[in-house]
Amino acid sequence: MDPLTWTGSLGTALDPVFQILAVVFLGAVLLYTLASFVMPEPQIRAINSNTATAGNGVTNLLGKASRYSLMALIVLCLVYLLAGIVTPYGWAGIIGEIGQRFLPVWIALVITFALSITFKRKLGLYGKLFDSPIGMVGFGLVMFWVFTAIFAGFFDMIVTHGVLEQLSGMKNKVPGTPVRGAEAGDFPHYLLGGDTLARDVFSRMVSGSTTVLLIAPAATAFAFMVGITLGLPAGYYGGKFDTVISFLANLVLAFPVILLFFLLVTPEIREYVMFNFLGKGVTFPTLMAAVLFLFPVLFLIVLWNSRFFTQPAKRNLYVALTVVIGGWIYLGLAWDADPLGRISMDSQVLIVFVSVVFVNSPTVFRIVRGLVLDIKTRDYVAAGQTRGEGPWYIMLWEILPNARGPLIVDFCLRIGYTTILLGTLGFFGLGLSPESPDWGTTINQGRKLLSVFPHPAIAPALALMSLVLGLNLLADGLREESLKD
Amino acid sequence: MGMFLLRRVGVMLLTALCLTFIVFFMTTLYPNLEKLAKTQGNFRMSDEAVASYLTREGYLEPVLKGYGQWLGVVPGHVFEDEDGKITGSCIDPGMDPADAPTYCGVLQGDWGESVTFKDEAGSLIWTRLALTGKLMFAVMCVMVPLALLIGVLSGMREGSRMDRSLSTFSIATTATPEYVSGVIFIAVFASSAVGLKWFKASATSAMEDATLANFTLPVITIALYGMGYIARMTRASMTEVMTAQYIRTARLKGVSFGNVVMKHALRNALIAPFTVIMLQFPWLLNGVVIVETLFNYKGFGWLLVQAASTNDIQLLLGCSVVAVFVVLITQLISDIGYVFLNPRIRMS
Repeated sequence: MDPLTWTGSLGTALDPVFQILAVVFLGAVLLYTLASFVMPEPQIRAINSNTATAGNGVTNLLGKASRYSLMALIVLCLVYLLAGIVTPYGWAGIIGEIGQRFLPVWIALVITFALSITFKRKLGLYGKLFDSPIGMVGFGLVMFWVFTAIFAGFFDMIVTHGVLEQLSGMKNKVPGTPVRGAEAGDFPHYLLGGDTLARDVFSRMVSGSTTVLLIAPAATAFAFMVGITLGLPAGYYGGKFDTVISFLANLVLAFPVILLFFLLVTPEIREYVMFNFLGKGVTFPTLMAAVLFLFPVLFLIVLWNSRFFTQPAKRNLYVALTVVIGGWIYLGLAWDADPLGRISMDSQVLIVFVSVVFVNSPTVFRIVRGLVLDIKTRDYVAAGQTRGEGPWYIMLWEILPNARGPLIVDFCLRIGYTTILLGTLGFFGLGLSPESPDWGTTINQGRKLLSVFPHPAIAPALALMSLVLGLNLLADGLREESLKD
Repeated sequence: MGMFLLRRVGVMLLTALCLTFIVFFMTTLYPNLEKLAKTQGNFRMSDEAVASYLTREGYLEPVLKGYGQWLGVVPGHVFEDEDGKITGSCIDPGMDPADAPTYCGVLQGDWGESVTFKDEAGSLIWTRLALTGKLMFAVMCVMVPLALLIGVLSGMREGSRMDRSLSTFSIATTATPEYVSGVIFIAVFASSAVGLKWFKASATSAMEDATLANFTLPVITIALYGMGYIARMTRASMTEVMTAQYIRTARLKGVSFGNVVMKHALRNALIAPFTVIMLQFPWLLNGVVIVETLFNYKGFGWLLVQAASTNDIQLLLGCSVVAVFVVLITQLISDIGYVFLNPRIRMS
């Protein structure tokens, strides 16, 4: 097998075109930016009663040039990526073959977008997202990684080699190196090269998305449950409770995040048994998990209880279901004491999860508290109080739904921030095991030989960046669309 | 104003006390002490040897008493071994125990001794902090003007193409944490294999003599991540100001657009970013730790990582005091500054 080049045989024809277009695009953008300083603002002039003309020729021309060359560049990138699907193996180079590996993701993305755009008027805020180009780009990036995580994690599809598989002679090899002595069924190349332990960088990056996308959204959701459960009463009642909780939140916020991680996530702390509780050694992570994981269960119980207070049968059913299912998950995750032995969490994942929740929840608390302080002065809250609604009903079913806009936007942003925090933990080698393919840990391993072999660290770095960028753009699009109401 | 300041300072001191106590508690948990003893002695120390070392050094006191000793409100630890030789935390080697002061804690200016660097924790922290100060100064010089420029340029004409491209740029920078941009910069500008080789991937030499080659990458890496956030805040406050009534009046009176932006809008638009810039310091602290580790610049962040990974209790406590105070003081300054800059609050 020959080594693959980046664009393969396809590139011999397309690369020069691509370079020319790129130069044209960059030049046009630069000139356009300069021109917008020098030239006067475009003014709309009426030519006669029916027609108007705007702007001056040069700026318009440059604007058009940059727009069309950008479009052509995007089309070319798509050709590079998708050519591998229809052409024989290796013809479209590394980029084409990567595009070919991601085929299930492309199909899923096309279906998602086609369905969403067709029915966007019936889908509420989610449908409105497809009116904003920025929001669509962000959503596309996020869904790309979500589908990648699903297909790679649960169906074992996109990856080319095992995450821990070390092949001889592949140590620190550049992208596109053929695997030595590959059998008929094996994938013949390391698409993005090999790392210091001769593992496939591409497969590790793809599998890393599963780890990241399992932990980050879940941890953010837990942080939101904690923040909402504490922020609602703090904002609604105020007083001593508010003072104490706000002080504690500020305490956590004043703590340098990295110092906190170093104190919490070291192996010594993780395994240290603080005291015994019902014959079980309670470690630091267990204790924190026991407190933090209690909030979602409490939140749901209060939620059902306040909603169906007047329908005892329904309320008892919902509360009982929450206690049984929530309690089961709670015992399994926090105490590792699932009576059925099905649910448990690796202690390394648990401490990472708990510390990320711990760092995030005070900020959520502050946001929720601020929103409640604002909303509780509205007339509909006063109306609810006059009707005799209970305080928790007002908080959860009057105030919270009206605060959902900013909270959804912040949720998207916070998943991105949590991803960055997870990467930070990995970067310092804390938490997850060094074999884990998650992006932060991989960057940490790749940085030691960064100036000689940059590719093992670059791949996860770009992956992390694109996911967080997608989440930020998505949040921006959502904010823009929710403000339009 | 006086009461407000007094209350804020009081809360600040209470916060600092709580946080240092938490750090003290976490670092003096037994497994951490055991690690410390074994790194000081040897890794095959027996449990008794560990215990006797820790007793001699005074680590096994009750938590509150130990914290008080570190703080300097409880008499320092004194230990008398079987031969009657007296050692203690306040007694320097070669000093007569009778002459030693009773209290020696942070309040007396004694920050204790770092066991890994074999040096006074206080002086270590100050020298490292000076190096970080140099880095931060450069970062601020790059970040603040650029961020304000981007924010004002994109905020003055909301929805224009310049606004959209600059906003996308600032979103992209906030989505790129330091360890990602640092890795990419090193690969592109410093890698010996494929890169342009314009800059150096290590900033160790920048500690004595900072040049463009060795100092650019760390500074840009930190500045880029913080820049996007400040730029977005500036943009938000600029767009708000540009839609205000007095701006419309000025425009209708015939004041040119440039004059409106420079003379009427800018001053009012820069109040909000000031708070944001001050509140960026804690974030920058994070960035400093990552960048100093990545570029091997031995400043405060690097010291913090060293102290934390060897569980060097005195040094770690000193570092956390500094870090916590940086956070709290910037919060205080941002509150006071906001009050002073905003005439509507100042007058009432």
